[in-house]
Amino acid sequence: MPNAPMLIQAESVSREYRLGETVIRAVDAVSLRIAQGEFLALLGSSGSGKSTLLSMMAGLDRPTSGAIRVRERNLAELEADELARYRRETVGMVFQSFNLLPRMTLEENVELPLRLAEVDRSDRQSRVGEALERVGLAARRQHRPSELSGGEQQRGALARALVNRPAILFADEPTGNLDSANGEQILLLLKEIQDSLGMTIIMVTHERPLAERFANRIAQLSDGRLVSDGAQR
Amino acid sequence: MRTRDLSELAVRNLREAVLRNSLTTLGVAVGVASLVAMLSLGVGLQTLASQRLTRSGLFDAVFVTSQRNFRGPRQPPPPDSAAKRESRALDDDARQQLSKLSNVTEVYPQIRFVTDVRYAGKSESTSVLGLPDSSRSSGAFEGMTGKYFSSPTAEEAILQIEFAKLLTDQPASLVGKDLTLRYAERAALSKDADDEALLDAMMGSGKPGGISPGGISIVPREKTLRIVGITESDPSAGIGGFGGARIYLPLKTAEQLHVAQPDDLQAFLSGNPAKPSYMAMTVRVRSPKEVPQVEAAIKQLGFATFSLLDATKSLRLVFTVFDLFLGLFGSLTVASLGIINTLVMAILERRREIGILKALGATDRDVRSLFFAEAGAMGLFGGVFGVTLGWLIGSALTWGTTIYLHRQNLPGVKISYVPWWLALSAIAFAIVVSLVAGLYPASRAARLNPVEALRYE
Repeated sequence: MPNAPMLIQAESVSREYRLGETVIRAVDAVSLRIAQGEFLALLGSSGSGKSTLLSMMAGLDRPTSGAIRVRERNLAELEADELARYRRETVGMVFQSFNLLPRMTLEENVELPLRLAEVDRSDRQSRVGEALERVGLAARRQHRPSELSGGEQQRGALARALVNRPAILFADEPTGNLDSANGEQILLLLKEIQDSLGMTIIMVTHERPLAERFANRIAQLSDGRLVSDGAQR
Repeated sequence: MRTRDLSELAVRNLREAVLRNSLTTLGVAVGVASLVAMLSLGVGLQTLASQRLTRSGLFDAVFVTSQRNFRGPRQPPPPDSAAKRESRALDDDARQQLSKLSNVTEVYPQIRFVTDVRYAGKSESTSVLGLPDSSRSSGAFEGMTGKYFSSPTAEEAILQIEFAKLLTDQPASLVGKDLTLRYAERAALSKDADDEALLDAMMGSGKPGGISPGGISIVPREKTLRIVGITESDPSAGIGGFGGARIYLPLKTAEQLHVAQPDDLQAFLSGNPAKPSYMAMTVRVRSPKEVPQVEAAIKQLGFATFSLLDATKSLRLVFTVFDLFLGLFGSLTVASLGIINTLVMAILERRREIGILKALGATDRDVRSLFFAEAGAMGLFGGVFGVTLGWLIGSALTWGTTIYLHRQNLPGVKISYVPWWLALSAIAFAIVVSLVAGLYPASRAARLNPVEALRYE
């Protein structure tokens, strides 16, 4: 996407963890530029730092050094409340383990971001319905997560991520807990969302074939470093 | 997050983890119930004691004596300025003056004398006390055999049971019978010669030694009274009693007897024998809190005073400390530890949920408020349930005590009392304790790192 405006810029981002005397550098001076509307796959083996980098770009964690700029705002310098607002209004997240709240129905889970964003009650039902319609779960809105299959739960999580109409969708191993058929269905949905809504999608995965098939760019990490970054097609 | 959404989520969370939250709420309720039950006992006993003491008239009374009384020959005058004031007689003028003081409801003299009682050929010496009409409601005559005086001027007597036993083996049979008192009447004499003749006539042949014209006469008299009651209690004992009496008369009846009093000799010597004076007077005050002010005013008039107000202060202090102690034990230890434990456990259990909420954009304040609201709701439900439970416990104690007392042939008492302020305070206290107990867990939940929380299994 050569002409698309730049949305995220990671500038020499590092993240260190301290375990007693040992310092572990999970992400080591990674620089990355992501344009609006891109579908980027962060590829790497376990412990390569891809999920840590995703967490920092999603505003869940802060870098030890470096800067992550989203629309020119450095996330590392935001106050906790501003960072929460960024997560609430700019970002949608999908996790490997779905992370739907088990005590709530699917509808209530999808409504949760709208409650946090203080969206008017009159608008909520239509937006929840729209999001569930998009992922094909409109008929399951009254079911609890335990009554849904893995694929349905992940689609429900995707509906929750979309309901606030975010600019960026972060997906952390979204197919990791799914069989290949369901995994493919999720990625088709992500691709459809990218195409129809022009949403920027950043997906962490360790499955190269899936990344090559659905992402239009793959950035590979190894031992916290960015080892390759290239467009697919 | 909006308050309505926050409340909905809090209630939903409480409802979903129903067993755990019910047990915590029960913990709060048990704490509050023990607080309410114990404080209701404290309040009940305090009310009971206050009612009894107020009815006894000990704490709303000032006992007034003349400053010249009760001072031995070698005793120096009091060190304060009272000695410089005029030493006044406690006579009817003083009584009028005392009754005009503000907040004074009643003034009556101590009329007490030794008498010779004649009944069915028996003769017994004992002491007699005049009782004001207000004694009727003092509670001292509750459970008495017979009844109280029919009127303030009735020629009737109530006997103390120990004295009644001296007259007959069956004291109850005395009610309705008559007895005769022999006593010494005082009368003032003028300096007229006619009085000397009167004196001769009264005393028969020969003038009594030591009594002179212009002085007082002491005349033996008899008075027949109807026995209307036999009491087991001793209403004249304690302060102002100056020793227990065995026969009680209406005060006005006793006054009309003009019995010679110990101060009469002093009045005679001071040259004012026409005005009878009294050993002591009791001044009743509208409420115990007015006692110090009335006491000061009486002292200003030149009399000595004594009251039991300090004793009530000590009593209140004891009850306050007692209540505080019970309250601290009942609520803080049981309720707050239970809430802290539950909420801290809830954080561990709901770590992932907190992570999800934060990932979806919840602020630290949202998470803190959610835990706070849950703690407050548990406090509210626990408080209401606890007050009900505490009231039931108190009522059961009152019920049990009443049954026991009835078996002992004693009247029942309400030992537990839950006033509205205690119920409301206990609920408010439960909420406050819950919120305070929720402070640490809530702030811990708010501080949780979302990445770590999401990683938690």
